[in-house]
Amino acid sequence: MKSLSTSNRILILLSALLIIPAYFTPLWQISLWAPQYPEGLNMKIWIDHLSGNVDQINGVNHYIGMNHIGDEMFPEFTFLIYVIGVLIALGIVAFLIGKRWSLYAFFGLMTLFGIGVLADMYKWGYEYGHTLDPKAAIKVEGMSYQPPLIGYKELLNFIAYSGPDTGSWILMGGVGLLILAIARDRFQKPVQVL
Amino acid sequence: MKKNVWLLAAGLIAVALAPGCKPKGAQSALSGDAASKVYVAPGEHDEFYNIVSGGFNGQISVVGLPSGRVLKILPVFSVHPENGWGYSEETKPMLNTSHGFVPWDDLHHIAISTTNAEHDARWAFANANNTPRIARIDLTTFKTVEIIEIPNSAGNHSSPFITQSTEYVVAGTRFSVPTGDNQDVSIDSYKENFKGHISFIGMDQETGEMNLSFQIEAPPFNFDLARAGKNKSHGWFFFSTYNTEMAHTLLEVNASQKDKDYIMAVNWKKAEEYVKAGQGTKKKANYVHNTWDEETHTATSEMMEDVLVLDPKILKDIVYFIPCPKSPHGTDTDPTGEYIIGSGKLAAIIPVFSFTKMLAAIEAKDFEGTLDGMPVLKYESVLHGEVEKPGLGPLHTEFDGKGNAYTSMFVSSEIVKWNIETLQVLDRVPTYYSVGHLSIPGGPTGKPHGKYMVAYNKITKDRYLPTGPELAHSAQLYDISGDKMQLLLDFPTIGEPHYAEAFPASLIKDKQVKFFKIEENMHPRALKGINDARVEREGNQVHIYMTSIRSNFRPDNIEGVQVGDEVYFHVTNLEQDWDVPHGFAIKGANTAELLIMPGETSTLKWVPDRVGVFPFYCTDFCSALHQEMQGYLRVSPKGSSNEVKYSTGEVE
Repeated sequence: MKSLSTSNRILILLSALLIIPAYFTPLWQISLWAPQYPEGLNMKIWIDHLSGNVDQINGVNHYIGMNHIGDEMFPEFTFLIYVIGVLIALGIVAFLIGKRWSLYAFFGLMTLFGIGVLADMYKWGYEYGHTLDPKAAIKVEGMSYQPPLIGYKELLNFIAYSGPDTGSWILMGGVGLLILAIARDRFQKPVQVL
Repeated sequence: MKKNVWLLAAGLIAVALAPGCKPKGAQSALSGDAASKVYVAPGEHDEFYNIVSGGFNGQISVVGLPSGRVLKILPVFSVHPENGWGYSEETKPMLNTSHGFVPWDDLHHIAISTTNAEHDARWAFANANNTPRIARIDLTTFKTVEIIEIPNSAGNHSSPFITQSTEYVVAGTRFSVPTGDNQDVSIDSYKENFKGHISFIGMDQETGEMNLSFQIEAPPFNFDLARAGKNKSHGWFFFSTYNTEMAHTLLEVNASQKDKDYIMAVNWKKAEEYVKAGQGTKKKANYVHNTWDEETHTATSEMMEDVLVLDPKILKDIVYFIPCPKSPHGTDTDPTGEYIIGSGKLAAIIPVFSFTKMLAAIEAKDFEGTLDGMPVLKYESVLHGEVEKPGLGPLHTEFDGKGNAYTSMFVSSEIVKWNIETLQVLDRVPTYYSVGHLSIPGGPTGKPHGKYMVAYNKITKDRYLPTGPELAHSAQLYDISGDKMQLLLDFPTIGEPHYAEAFPASLIKDKQVKFFKIEENMHPRALKGINDARVEREGNQVHIYMTSIRSNFRPDNIEGVQVGDEVYFHVTNLEQDWDVPHGFAIKGANTAELLIMPGETSTLKWVPDRVGVFPFYCTDFCSALHQEMQGYLRVSPKGSSNEVKYSTGEVE
């Protein structure tokens, strides 16, 4: 199998290292605006916890019978730190191997991880938005409150936004480096063998 | 003949069409685009906070300038049922005095804290006139956090004026009174038995906590107003006096006899040295010191027992008297600190004194005599000059930082602008009517912001829609940025404003406390979550540990209370968001509601007087289900065997 150029191998290493900030930066954010919340309510999802206006969002959402959001609601918080660790380790392994297949494999893995995360978010959002307390004070016929997966959505008096946060953007930048490595590898002139 | 008839007719028509013989009023005073200059568009903020004394309502109004909109009534010395101030168990100690609980006072003057003679707006100070006290208000919470009573004082009018870096706030007594052990004396022994005490209250520079550092035992005059020296005159304080005749009856006549009273100049730096050197005498005096603790959300009242008094008859170089014409009211120092302006309210001129000349006169011992051994300086030696024909009844002077002074004229109902250096009158504008204090943003400091000036008037008459015999007091806002003062706005005020200070909103706007962190709530009966809500009986006391969060109280069904029990509702607002107070009220309570800020705990005491089921509810429209935020408390006869029980959300 074809070996990668040194610079492409470094791109793999950088991509793996760019996963590290995921431990220290928020990965996802959900924001809500309403006429009486002009400053917005913002919740950030980290690798193993939530932060931001979680209590206020819970306070608002209990009227429509939504579940109480808390760390315990996300089993992902117990294992995501290991998953990310494995990704970093595999990235470094791909760098060490330095073959074309290792680059493709790592890129494939990262893409699958991304799709997995989105699928998981969708599943959570669906359950959160559709599991409503039948004794809720406010019931709107046919209404569910699933937050948008990515982008904006109007929910009663609120505009909801959902999207990646710092950690994910950095991570996606890393995946961008992998795409760059693949492109360079595909279109570079044949390397002269000494 | 025919021609004359036509001339007569033309003359009559001219008279009929003329604007009339009445003097020019506000209509002609308004010019240009006054409205747009005070228009603060929806959603926009005012440029200045104006902290306005409420006079006989004992409170402070917070007003935005230039709009004149009232933002808040801030309770200080008077109970305020609207938010439970003086009614909740936590706030009652704030209104304690050596005379016990006093529910009212008369709040005249405001001082905004300064550093190096510039507003820092950390705190506002206010005086209680009737039962002498000084309050400190925290401008991040807009709450009264400290009140200290002033002993040996009566009519705390000459107060609360501050030194340039808020080292001291002063309290000069308006009424001289007998003090110490010698208090049951005949009123006509005024001259020998009455004393005029001036108090210097020191400030902790970090926390702002007040402490009565020392008093100066001055002659039995009436002390009216005061200003600290600043910049070059830093270290001195100037107090206006009247009734130097020392009359004790019909002062209207008897205290208006002398051509000159005095401005009393106090070298407080020197006094401070004497205090350090142990030259003061500790005297017995009972006065309270009340402090609010923002962690326990509770006030405590401490009884103090003595005060350090300096005698200027013995300590000869701390007090000097400057003769000043006819019962001076305001005494104000200009931004440089060089000029001291005495406003003799019955005088035809305004004297301006020079600090440099005063020091020279003291140095040269250029005295015209002594008062009980205290030097009286010569008027001419200290005088910079007199403002001729300024108007009638000068009261107070503020400054624009451009070398001009603005003096309010009570009798001629106008404000007069004049140049401090040349003493020339530059402009005058009418006020509506009988102006008392005036206020320029930063006006009393070393760095005035100019731009606006507010006149606070004593008489309103026809300015607004009439409301029966009692009318709102009026205020006028003027643009003073140009050569001529321009009337912009006329607005009604709350209570009876005397002095006010204004400062740029940017100083404190971003420092506002939005809510109290529940985990930092150290109230002994606070609840940190809904799970701890409970009811406990302790003898004939029933303590209800209650939480409020949108939109329920826990517990909301309470039984086992008996007629005559002392019931305490300790309500913790669990919200952790801005602008979500909850209220609490129960039927028949002989007290006011609680208004509990997010993260705060407040207590309402209630002694049920009859058997029945008593509803309680949230009084602040908090949410869509505010009307559902309610509960019931059952009261059984005294001696009933019903045990205390409580619940929330349990349905049979």
